[in-house]
Amino acid sequence: MTTRTQTAPMQTAGHAVPKGRDLAGLAFAAILGLGLIFVAGFSHSQTIHDVAHDQRHSMAFPCH
Amino acid sequence: MTKHVLTGGLIAGLVAGLFAVLLQLTFVVPLLLEGELYESGDRVHFGTGGPESIAGAPAIDGEMMRHAGTLAMSLVSWIGFALLLVVGFALAARAGHSVDARKGAIWGLAGFIAVALAPAMGLAPELPGTIAAELGARQIWWSATVVLTAGGLAAFAFGKGPVAVFAGAVAIALPHIVGAPTLDTYFGVSPPELSAHFAARVLAVSAAIWVFLGAVAGWLWARPAPT
Repeated sequence: MTTRTQTAPMQTAGHAVPKGRDLAGLAFAAILGLGLIFVAGFSHSQTIHDVAHDQRHSMAFPCH
Repeated sequence: MTKHVLTGGLIAGLVAGLFAVLLQLTFVVPLLLEGELYESGDRVHFGTGGPESIAGAPAIDGEMMRHAGTLAMSLVSWIGFALLLVVGFALAARAGHSVDARKGAIWGLAGFIAVALAPAMGLAPELPGTIAAELGARQIWWSATVVLTAGGLAAFAFGKGPVAVFAGAVAIALPHIVGAPTLDTYFGVSPPELSAHFAARVLAVSAAIWVFLGAVAGWLWARPAPT
């Protein structure tokens, strides 16, 4: 409960500014994001390529 | 905080991915299907003795499974981009910069420049059937260009002093000075009008999706985190 009163003044646009321990969470989110982009845009797997074909061309990812 | 980033990225990515498919199926995929007619040889440019071929895209409603795949992969990649964008918001918040829907739209515009416009300067959006340099080399150049352009734009936006501006400009220019992997021969079988129209539409649609994504993600970000 004390945490709440202490973080309240640090809030920016409605939520707390991340502190050191949040960096791990941000790194997780970034790696997750990169992983999804890799699968959709870059995986050389033939199956994924075939499913993603039109989307890759539409996004101007290098394809083929 | 992590939960706010993940939820915001997921929702913004889903919404942007749906918007992306709507725009791409309307404006981009018809040209892509038309390009495939030349790739397969069903249409041949300069094939009748004169420099003309029939224009017009085939109907788009014949292959719903194919478009379902496009939808799925669109959601996957736009959730990925949305997560990275919101991580950027969080890092900016650490440095004392707030983000709302309007600023988010500017972030989205920067995303378009980094992920679509800058790589297209070296590797233009390709119609199916385009023969280009080795895929791995192009993927490396594309990725490096995206990272360097994003870093350069971040230096412009958040760096202090002329050194940051100079370093940002160098980072943005570097991949184009090095040059994208290309071939020493042209192999295009599609009419140049079709290829040009495809490339222009890919970029214009991409700009619209990125700005939309940025605005939605920024709006979600500015909302109070659930406690």
